[in-house]
Amino acid sequence: MHVEVRGLNKHFGDFHAVKDVNFGITKGHLIGLLGPSGGGKTSILRMLAGLETPDSGEIIFHGKTVNNLPPQEREIGFVFQNYALFKHMTVYENIAFGLKVKKANKNTIRDRVTELVELTGLKGFEKRYPHQLSGGQRQRVAFARALAPEPQLLLLDEPFAAIDAKIRQELRSWLRELIERVGITSIFVTHDQDEAIEVADEIMIINQGRLEQKGTPWDIYKEPKTPFVATFIGESTLIESASELKGFNNAGGGKPTKALIRPEYIEVGHLNEFKMASATEQGVVKHLHFRGSEWLVEVEVNGHKLVTYRSLEKETLTPGQEISVLVHRAYLFNDDRSWIQENGLKEDPMPVFI
Amino acid sequence: MRKLWIILTYLVFILLIAAPLGKMATEAFSDGFSGFWASLSRPEALHALMMTGFVVVVVTLLNTLFGIMLALYLVRANWLGKRLKGLLNSIVDLPYAVSPVIGGLMIVLLLGPDSALGALFEQIGVNIVYAFPGMVIATLFVTFPLMVREVMPVLQEIGSQQEEAASTLGAYGWTTFWKVTWPSIRWAVIYGVILTVARSLGEFGAVLVVSGNIMNKTQTATTLVYQDVENFNVTAAGGVALVLAAFSAGLLLLMEWSKRRKGVH
Amino acid sequence: MNSLLRHKGWTWGFRTTILLYFVVLIVLPILGVYYNSFSLGFSTFIEAVSDPIAWKSVLLTLKLAVIATVINVLLGTMIAWVLIRYRFPGKALLNSLVDLPFALPTAVGGLMILLLLGPGSLIGRLAERLGFEIVFHQPAIVIAMIFVTFPFVIRAVQPLLEELDPSEEEAAYTMGARSSRVFRRVILPSMAPGMISGGMLAFSRALAEFGAVVLVAGNIPGRTLVSSVFIFGEVESDNPVGAAAVSVILLTLSFLILWLINLLQMRGRRS
Repeated sequence: MHVEVRGLNKHFGDFHAVKDVNFGITKGHLIGLLGPSGGGKTSILRMLAGLETPDSGEIIFHGKTVNNLPPQEREIGFVFQNYALFKHMTVYENIAFGLKVKKANKNTIRDRVTELVELTGLKGFEKRYPHQLSGGQRQRVAFARALAPEPQLLLLDEPFAAIDAKIRQELRSWLRELIERVGITSIFVTHDQDEAIEVADEIMIINQGRLEQKGTPWDIYKEPKTPFVATFIGESTLIESASELKGFNNAGGGKPTKALIRPEYIEVGHLNEFKMASATEQGVVKHLHFRGSEWLVEVEVNGHKLVTYRSLEKETLTPGQEISVLVHRAYLFNDDRSWIQENGLKEDPMPVFI
Repeated sequence: MRKLWIILTYLVFILLIAAPLGKMATEAFSDGFSGFWASLSRPEALHALMMTGFVVVVVTLLNTLFGIMLALYLVRANWLGKRLKGLLNSIVDLPYAVSPVIGGLMIVLLLGPDSALGALFEQIGVNIVYAFPGMVIATLFVTFPLMVREVMPVLQEIGSQQEEAASTLGAYGWTTFWKVTWPSIRWAVIYGVILTVARSLGEFGAVLVVSGNIMNKTQTATTLVYQDVENFNVTAAGGVALVLAAFSAGLLLLMEWSKRRKGVH
Repeated sequence: MNSLLRHKGWTWGFRTTILLYFVVLIVLPILGVYYNSFSLGFSTFIEAVSDPIAWKSVLLTLKLAVIATVINVLLGTMIAWVLIRYRFPGKALLNSLVDLPFALPTAVGGLMILLLLGPGSLIGRLAERLGFEIVFHQPAIVIAMIFVTFPFVIRAVQPLLEELDPSEEEAAYTMGARSSRVFRRVILPSMAPGMISGGMLAFSRALAEFGAVVLVAGNIPGRTLVSSVFIFGEVESDNPVGAAAVSVILLTLSFLILWLINLLQMRGRRS
């Protein structure tokens, strides 16, 4: 289903939860609504489902405005954060509920439920009640229940939030695969950037009720359009005054400009390890943290604390050690604009360090 | 020390509950079983028990229906403003604070023969005060919070998500209520029904004021007990009271049972 | 948005009916009493209240309710403690018996006390010989009040005791505290909210009690006539304005207590 949203607004009392949100979603795509908690993601999802009424704006499915349609008539499936399984019904009855309500005939119901039970790997659990299932199994039931009436749009509210970290990983790829197989347009809400990046075709970043940026995970990572997106996606260190960094002296053309620097934008080592020695700066290693597959290094340069990674293959550093630091690029922003700038003292095109 | 406390507790229960109960039972049977039977088979006693039965049935039906609906509105409806909901919510408890006699007085003042509304009803030939409708209204007033207060916390606890899930799956209000909400509130409703029955069975002050206590017309079992005592017919009073007490004890057992079921689901 | 109440067409009618029922059954009668007591002017209200029989009945009710409440708080706390902390035969039975005064019609309760303590009974005769008078005098009213309010304090204190973490007590003991001190510093403070709110509920119920009291009190004006019985008498003698005036005082008191309880509970929930 093609989904379009225009000028969506929602207030809860004095709180402006959703501020003038516009977007369109192509049929068959899997979209992640990503942002901090309380940012308005769930409100947007609930308005799409018809569980909340927008104060203004239009929601259009298939070119038809659905603002006045109740949830029952929107042809959507909704997976709630806590699954909201009907606790008095068995797995089978839960999945069959939507079909029974639509008065489908008995054989159709049985076939469809059996199919979904197999698809979600719940075979053998049909007669169990929700309280007899594990978190992951409940999630699958919720998913099968939402899919049973063959909705045109699947909405998922923090689908993995209530699941152990270990199983979450597994469920993510399972969900991604399943949605691809069913081919249904889906939108899921999450506050976990790894989850959004891993699962979604496209990400919409929502902050304080505003849509900050929409794009593929790679686009958003590579070219964040707002400082919020830059800080929210990936790790980064904020430098109050970018011109104090070597190679970025003229950043912003004299205007006060701040810089966000990701660990992978920085390289540390002995002077002889760098091709362009003139672009490096002297720093002191402050702390080393072993991260399992690499070292996380904190270095201090000109009073700024920077964070980067260093391969285990290279010579191990020690705290207090003097070292050369090269900042390859930075995400710069001031009141007027934001952009990505390469180190001005670097001549050779360097390999991409992402 | 510990033994002393336990003995004291037993003593309080014996003095305050067991002894009075036992005394009443022996009094009711002081003329043997036939005396007990005679006090019950008086025409006014039969009529009073029947009246009590009618009041209990009508009040329980109405209070259950309206109580569930009101609880649903107070918990779920967002067409009521938050502040209005808070106000209504605190009004629900008011009957707890109102003496039953005053509750009865209210209805006499509002619907009695001297009031404008009462005169209006009289003209169309409906008597409210000193008649069955007034007794039902008085008992409804007194029992009003019982159902609402039982159902509300359960509705709050289960939250609205299951109902929302049902709506996204295509179920409308009625189906959602019976298939999703009802199974969750069932035991709370049953508990509320038992409380309502117990309260309306035993209601005395409000009914006494409203009914006028007219023998063989508006007299209920409790007001008959009162009248028998006033007439120094203590043995007869004991007989009727013993029947009421037996019912109450039965209801108490039911209460314990449904409380346990309520906890399970 | 609630899916449950959304059925079109019915919605409006349903909402109006329910709210109307609510207003007509609860709000209107209460306003009616206030309206009626002031309907003939404020001076009539003062006149009705300043009738010595009226104000003496209010004072008497307050006095006896306070006595009943104090006794109930003490007994109730003890029983709650015993029923939660100790194991002994018959405990479950006693625990269910606690609610009996709630389930029993109050008139039956009154009759029971009358029969047990009345002039013809064993205890009545014993008391008479010792020079006491119980039934038709103030002690009987207090006993009736205690009987009907018996469950309140117990049921308010029990859950608090159940929640009380035994490790708190044990910690106090390991620090060398003596048991009397532990009781005062650890156990009593955690029971206090229940004792207060249960006590207030009992108090407001005692103020309002009619059925049990009317049967055992002599209803002698100024000595054993409590306000609810006074109101009943006024209604019987066709003086609803006088009844309404005293009702307003009693009602206002009860609402005040209810409001206080709500306030306490809200504060308890916040902390």
